[in-house]
Amino acid sequence: MKAILTGNEAAAWGARLSRPKVIAAYPITPQTSIIEAIAAFIANGEMDARYIRVESEHSAMAACIAAQNTGVRTYTATSAHGLALMHEVLMWASGARLPIVMSVVNRAMAPPWSVWTDQLDTMAERDSGWLQVYTQNNQEVLDSIIMSYKIAEKHSILLPTMVIEDAFILSHTSEGVDIPEQKKVDDFLGEYEPAFKLDPDEPAGFGSLIMPEGPYMEFRYKMALAMEDARSEIRKVVEEYNQVFGREYAPFVEEYKTEDADAVMVVIGTIGSTAKDVVDKMREKGKKVGVARVRYFRPFPTEELRKIAKGAKVLGVVDRSYSFGPGADLFAETKSVLYGYADIPVKNYVMGLGGRDITPKIIEKVFDDMLRVAKDGVVDKEVEWVGLQGDERWS
Amino acid sequence: MKKLTIPEEEHMLSGHTACLGCGATIAMRYVLKALGKNTILSIPACCWAVIPGVYPHRTLDVPLLYTAFEVTGAAISGIREALDAMGKEDVNVVGFAGDGGTADIGLQALSAAMERGHNVFYIMYDNEAYMNTGIQRSGSTPMGAWTTTTPGGKKRMYKWEPKKNVAEIMVAHNIPYVATATIAYPEDMIAKLRRAKEIKGPKFFQILSPCPTGWRHPPDKTVEISRLAVQTNVFPLYEVINGKYKISIKPKNPKPVKEYLRLQGRFRHLTEEEIEMIQKNVDDNWKALLKKERCSQEE
Repeated sequence: MKAILTGNEAAAWGARLSRPKVIAAYPITPQTSIIEAIAAFIANGEMDARYIRVESEHSAMAACIAAQNTGVRTYTATSAHGLALMHEVLMWASGARLPIVMSVVNRAMAPPWSVWTDQLDTMAERDSGWLQVYTQNNQEVLDSIIMSYKIAEKHSILLPTMVIEDAFILSHTSEGVDIPEQKKVDDFLGEYEPAFKLDPDEPAGFGSLIMPEGPYMEFRYKMALAMEDARSEIRKVVEEYNQVFGREYAPFVEEYKTEDADAVMVVIGTIGSTAKDVVDKMREKGKKVGVARVRYFRPFPTEELRKIAKGAKVLGVVDRSYSFGPGADLFAETKSVLYGYADIPVKNYVMGLGGRDITPKIIEKVFDDMLRVAKDGVVDKEVEWVGLQGDERWS
Repeated sequence: MKKLTIPEEEHMLSGHTACLGCGATIAMRYVLKALGKNTILSIPACCWAVIPGVYPHRTLDVPLLYTAFEVTGAAISGIREALDAMGKEDVNVVGFAGDGGTADIGLQALSAAMERGHNVFYIMYDNEAYMNTGIQRSGSTPMGAWTTTTPGGKKRMYKWEPKKNVAEIMVAHNIPYVATATIAYPEDMIAKLRRAKEIKGPKFFQILSPCPTGWRHPPDKTVEISRLAVQTNVFPLYEVINGKYKISIKPKNPKPVKEYLRLQGRFRHLTEEEIEMIQKNVDDNWKALLKKERCSQEE
């Protein structure tokens, strides 16, 4: 069925089609319309789920953890401060190996108050043990939720997943979306089969005290292995989904005209679609540019980025957040996986924070800057803040 | 001969790691005797996060979800809704949390869970301080008590504020069942748990659980102190069913509060005037409770 949906409506549809049995949610702009749409589905009898209207995001995640540990599929959604409030229990969800799927609508962290898009909220949770998939359009929002349940619930993985969309650019913008048939989704996902559960007939304790010589370290190691194993499972599930539902997702990195590109821009989220448009225009002028849009930040697309770097003369990594480390997160991690594999200049472009518009013109100027770096063969400035007030270079 | 009212079934096995004379351990044992095997427990950070034993040992033979400190209200909500979604409506869901996890850090999630009306038990075992971390003041620490964060010193910095009345906060949520209990009165506790089991909706229990380590009394005085708390009106036993108060035990001649205080090292510094102040606080609370019982029973 074709429909015109906002990103948040697409997320609600993705959840509805996946048939979670318990939803626990708390409103926050710009996530709110997801949980409103789900409430309407349930109120109209179109979705059969228990809806816990919790008093905070912390409780939303805690209730999902408890419900999932009891043996049902769960779903929740949040943004920015809500995600930050969940921080403690995000660790709990992954440590408890519960395949919860959560939508996160990327929003800036205050102060000052800003409800617009910025990826600091999810980047700050990169170490939480959750898989992170970033989307580029509303179709991908919907599809990624369904795929995420299948990947996360595999008993060799059992790690929770954030399905991430940019605030307003996706969450509140309508596009044509193909809503898959329920029957096809049911066949694709299958019934939820918990690997373990709270059950009076088979009493067990979950999360008990452990000593340093006990298997705490082994539990963490198993999580690390599961995050690695998730790579092959993601590849398998994305391929199957593409086939069944007629899509063309790349599992980890969507490459656009990178094959012969001198300058490859590495991006995340909706910047990808703007950049692809700019690539087409610059190609007409004979400039060899391409885009690599990272879908999965966790697990990190190590091999894919190494391969891309082999063929390029420069990488420009765009971050829509800043982490106060050696550049922003996507940049720092990209650079770290390239060490010893590709000796090319890599430059960080920090832009669009707090929802500041990233226009095709800015992207083109960034590409030009990358081509200049490629020609010079040296990075003039590792971390470039693009589009600051008073800096006319990019406007 | 009076009929034995305490079930023989045991769901707390040997090998727990609690301190000698721990009241909270006795509380758990009675709670499980009353509710039976078809029960799922949710326990946050508190003494009871440690008492069941170190992985893989477990002294409880019911399923147990350990959680973060402040989430018991949310966790029991999640367990309940998941069970109901699976058609397992007969399983008891029990949050078992200390006073810090209830009166302080967990109050928000507790309040929301009670307001939403889930069919759950929330049991606050009240040992009147953060005992698992080593005796720090909580909102439920009584007036005049020494703790490691109200250590007295030259400025006599003890806990001078009155104890937060969590049972009354729960009554204000208009939930169907609220009760207080203490380990010296197991028949009363078990009868209340059985009554509550028949009620669908949120059920809240505050169980006073003396702590020899934190209250500074010999381990063999736990039950005696628990009994004195009732006989002095320091901790009245009552239940509130659909808003109607019923006091379980009304001591004919209440003993002076001093008798309760003098057995505990945490009150040893108190002067006569301070004991009088505590006695007045106890008397006022008792009178208020009698009034509530009278008013709520009137048609």
